[in-house]
Amino acid sequence: MAEIHLTPRHIPDRLEGRGARLLKSWESLLLVVACLIFLGNSLASPYFLDPWNLSDATFNFTEKAMIAFAMALVIIAGEIDLSVASIIALASTAMGYAVQLGFDTPALVAIGLSVGLICGAINGLLITGLGLPSIVVTIGTMSLFRGLSFIILGDQAFTGYPDSFSWFGQGYVWWVFSFEFTLFVALAVVYGVVLHRTNFGRAVYAIGNNQTAALFSGIRVARVKFVLFLLTGLMAGLASICLTSRLGSTRPSIALGWELEVVTMVVLGGVNILGGSGTIPGVVLAALIMGMVTFGFGLLNVPGIVMSIFIGLLLISVIALPILWRRARQRLAH
Amino acid sequence: MKILKSLMVTAAVSLALMANAAHAENKKIALVVKALGIGFFEAANKGAQEAAKELGDVEVIYTGPTSTTAEGQIEVINSLIAQKVDAIAVSANDTDALVPALKKAMDRGIKVISWDSGVAKDGRMMHLNPSSNPLIGNMIIKLAADNLPEGGDVAVLSASATATNQNTWIAEMKKVQGNYKGINVVTTVYGDDLADKSYRETQGLIQSYPNLKAIIAPTSVGIVAAAQAVTDAGKIGQINVTGLGLPSEMAGHVKSGASKSFAIWNPIDLGYSATMIAYDLIGGAEAKPGAELKMGRMGTVKLDDNNEGAMADPFVYDAKNVEEFAKIF
Repeated sequence: MAEIHLTPRHIPDRLEGRGARLLKSWESLLLVVACLIFLGNSLASPYFLDPWNLSDATFNFTEKAMIAFAMALVIIAGEIDLSVASIIALASTAMGYAVQLGFDTPALVAIGLSVGLICGAINGLLITGLGLPSIVVTIGTMSLFRGLSFIILGDQAFTGYPDSFSWFGQGYVWWVFSFEFTLFVALAVVYGVVLHRTNFGRAVYAIGNNQTAALFSGIRVARVKFVLFLLTGLMAGLASICLTSRLGSTRPSIALGWELEVVTMVVLGGVNILGGSGTIPGVVLAALIMGMVTFGFGLLNVPGIVMSIFIGLLLISVIALPILWRRARQRLAH
Repeated sequence: MKILKSLMVTAAVSLALMANAAHAENKKIALVVKALGIGFFEAANKGAQEAAKELGDVEVIYTGPTSTTAEGQIEVINSLIAQKVDAIAVSANDTDALVPALKKAMDRGIKVISWDSGVAKDGRMMHLNPSSNPLIGNMIIKLAADNLPEGGDVAVLSASATATNQNTWIAEMKKVQGNYKGINVVTTVYGDDLADKSYRETQGLIQSYPNLKAIIAPTSVGIVAAAQAVTDAGKIGQINVTGLGLPSEMAGHVKSGASKSFAIWNPIDLGYSATMIAYDLIGGAEAKPGAELKMGRMGTVKLDDNNEGAMADPFVYDAKNVEEFAKIF
């Protein structure tokens, strides 16, 4: 009796193997860049490879990176939130006001997070409820939220935060690992899992790739987007707590211009500004690169404008290189 | 990839060369400014370099953020702490926000002073004011009196009636008025630091006081508007406009004769003095109320109860030097 051999035929779900794909990915490119910068910094300055100095340097990017994780999801879903820096200002102003009324640290944290959530909800409602473009809405709320801080504070500052509050921006969990850095790592894991391992994450990609198709396949597009804006608001509130704690004071100009730095971080991390693709590991690497470049150049007392130029060049070259690479390969193939 | 790699390597190598160029044995004093690329601070750096040259064993690190933010200055301060500089002299973008970062610097043995724009008391060892209210009050009336040997009527064009700075200076001026014989201060008018209102108030002064010999405007907006009004009324030579102004805005009026001289702090002296004080502190001097710290050619500064000190009289600008400083600020 002839036995029928049923060897399951392997149908590849991707054109290249896992290894090859990983090697050619954006993240590997960023990793190489990060390693080169790390190496360059270590060679250039004797002060770079010092655990405490490196720990101090993490404060350059941790707060921005917290927002960048949520921003990555928003941009992958084809939207943008430019009001995040202004939410930091408003949340910080609210916390400063609460301090004057005599509230203590737990209440301050609750206020910071709630103001972030409320601001996020306002953005989300305007965008999903009224169907307005997110770039227009958040440019508007960017002025609105910071304007409110200016009205409340004018040229004054809120100070006198309780001592226990300073832990969020100045405290250490263990050895050189600050609370902010630990939070950054924890949030990276959480956002990585949410984006890459959950239905919600798939929905975000689906919306970014084709909103109509996503809607017809049963994804509640408006609800997902609303949640995303809530998240950026919440992260801005969290960043506000950390930054306010680190500065020990509030002024309406706090975190001025951070929205663009956050977006730069996300785009450098390989998130398509038009939506549909991008990863959390990429954003983590971009945050590390931006932090190390700022710190490394700072150690050599390179003027800030040179750092901006370098980040700009890095951004353009990291975006242009894969395109040039593809074109070159096509030309070789012909 | 290759391009990027070679870029990175070039960058790393050139940075390494730059790092080696610095002398390790020198005392490192960092002059941190509100933002790079501002003429006033570039001039302060000139003064700091002059001080470094005079002292010999000092390397001045002139640095600051790209835009005038407290966050940017904190990044700069963190990298200075990491480099283990000996002193930081900062003109702060925010009185309070820099305090935690600067406290950390002091904890690690770095001498911290603020100059020009101060830091709250907890965040620095001393603050260097460019001048003091009594010195400014005296200077503005002296400028008017120096050109009026026979005395005469003088009017004040101020900013707004509620402007704290101007009111203090005018009050200080009136205290020393008796020292200048024949100088008769007839009135004070308010131009609200608006060019058009200051211009109209000056026109009013010219009409109301036919014997007016000088106008004192202790505001950079007012002094320019007053000089323009005097020029337009054809009163150059009869009425001298003086007070506090910026050389770049006043150069034309000094040239035309509408203003014989005016005053403002000299940023070069300020950077020089800040560096000298930082050096004095590194050398072991203690910043405490009543202490006198050395400022080289600028003499000494005496600290008050808040550990603040005044550098000097406002610096006088006239036809001889205004062109040179107009290029700076």
